[in-house]
Amino acid sequence: MSATITTSLYGVAATLIQIVAVGLGGPLLVGLMAKVKARAEGRVGAPIVQPLRDLRKLLSKERLHARHSSVVLPLAPMIILAATAVAVAISPLVSTHPFLGSSADILVVVYLLLTGTVAAALAGLDAGTAFGGMGSSRVMTIGALAEPALLVAVIALSIQSGTSNLPSMMSSTIAHPDWVFGPSRLLALGALLIVVIAETGRIPVDNPATHLELTMVHEAMILEYAGPELALFSLGEAMRLGLLFSLVANLFFPWGIATSDSVLALAVGVILLMAKAALVALGVALIEVRSAKLRLFRLPELLAGGFVLSVLAVVTGLVTK
Amino acid sequence: MNSTYVAALELAAGAVLVSAVMTLWRRSVRSIVSMLSLQGMALSAVAIVLALHEHERALFVTGCLVFVVKGLVVPGLLRRVSRLDPRSRESRPLVNVPASLVFAAVLIVLSYVVSSRITSMSPSEASHLVPIGVATVLVGYFMLVTRRRAVSKIVGLILVDNGIALVTFLLTSGVPLIVELGSSLDVLLVVVVLQFLMVSMRRHSDTDQLTEMKALRD
Repeated sequence: MSATITTSLYGVAATLIQIVAVGLGGPLLVGLMAKVKARAEGRVGAPIVQPLRDLRKLLSKERLHARHSSVVLPLAPMIILAATAVAVAISPLVSTHPFLGSSADILVVVYLLLTGTVAAALAGLDAGTAFGGMGSSRVMTIGALAEPALLVAVIALSIQSGTSNLPSMMSSTIAHPDWVFGPSRLLALGALLIVVIAETGRIPVDNPATHLELTMVHEAMILEYAGPELALFSLGEAMRLGLLFSLVANLFFPWGIATSDSVLALAVGVILLMAKAALVALGVALIEVRSAKLRLFRLPELLAGGFVLSVLAVVTGLVTK
Repeated sequence: MNSTYVAALELAAGAVLVSAVMTLWRRSVRSIVSMLSLQGMALSAVAIVLALHEHERALFVTGCLVFVVKGLVVPGLLRRVSRLDPRSRESRPLVNVPASLVFAAVLIVLSYVVSSRITSMSPSEASHLVPIGVATVLVGYFMLVTRRRAVSKIVGLILVDNGIALVTFLLTSGVPLIVELGSSLDVLLVVVVLQFLMVSMRRHSDTDQLTEMKALRD
């Protein structure tokens, strides 16, 4: 009896650690990517902790709402943050058995993140401005194109493990290290990278650093936000980026994640998770430096490419099984 | 030993199919040709891995031959042709790029379904990968049919040939060396002839878009 209590205590501890680590780590990853880009372009760039400082500054400001906005405007950031936090809490990031880890089906995580996207799109529409509507429409278009690629890539990953439960997928990958270099895994990794870049709005898909009305996607949605609500919105988006990067890193390189109940294992898990997510962020930042933003009408090409890669992953997974 | 053999074979065969899809994905002729070169190298890797596993000297020689012809010489010739035209892009294919990628996915699934009969005849590690070769053939035909530019059509033709070669390697551990030599030189010859044809086409009508050639000239 006491063994199960200890196990669930460690599970709760892992869950809390994950929320704190992603809540702080997400903004830090955003800062790290900005720093890497700045250095690669020959600038010094803002310090890595800048996004956290921005959040603190925004939280101390007064709340302002657009005149014609409804209750959706203040509600949306909370929904985004809450949905992302739940996804972070149940996903195996630091430990393979977080509290409620048995319900961490990969589809649940995908649709929790999608709930956040829908809330963000509604928030963009709420104030009734032209830019907000454009941003929401673009986000939903990109989301609809990325969704099939994501789901088929997920199927490819679960063919190998025989389950779509994230913790069991990671444990079975740890047990079969030869899976990682199979063609099916590599193709699914390619597809997932494209989807993650699309979902987090990084450069070939969206440029988070511009406010050009012809190209902006995410920035157009949050134009009406200010103060604490903008802080919640940004924190939710940063946590989502942190979660997606950590999941990609853990799905393809799960070693280091805590499989046993001990303080040491959890500590190692946190440190290695940070390192792995930072490595993914570094890779994405380098892709950003090397590529130009695609025209909106060229995006279906990129995402259809991701879809074909994931179909290839499924077929090679079935062929080589 | 056996598991590394299977992993290497799967990786090389997977690279053949991925590069076939990449030729549909990319637009600039330069990157299409480099994907083709990658595919030739992956194909030779399949042959060499099989040869090392089954200790067949003839197949090893075939693999080296494929590397030289399909990995280096044919793409090199195509690169020279595309250098004549600085704006070398597949601008308006008959089926646009996203649709052709989705269609390629359908073709890949189709080839998996139809080749299960072939693979069940002689189940081995190598013959499981036959659907990949069939899919490469189908993608090659698709490219041949839907692309307008002469270079892309040649690339489609070579994709078909590479797919057939992949199926042969996987099912029979390669045909006799002399046959493989003949077919490789055949492809090389086809590419050389088409290259001359394209250069003269460009001299006469200033384009290599085959659909624009409707009238006969003196």
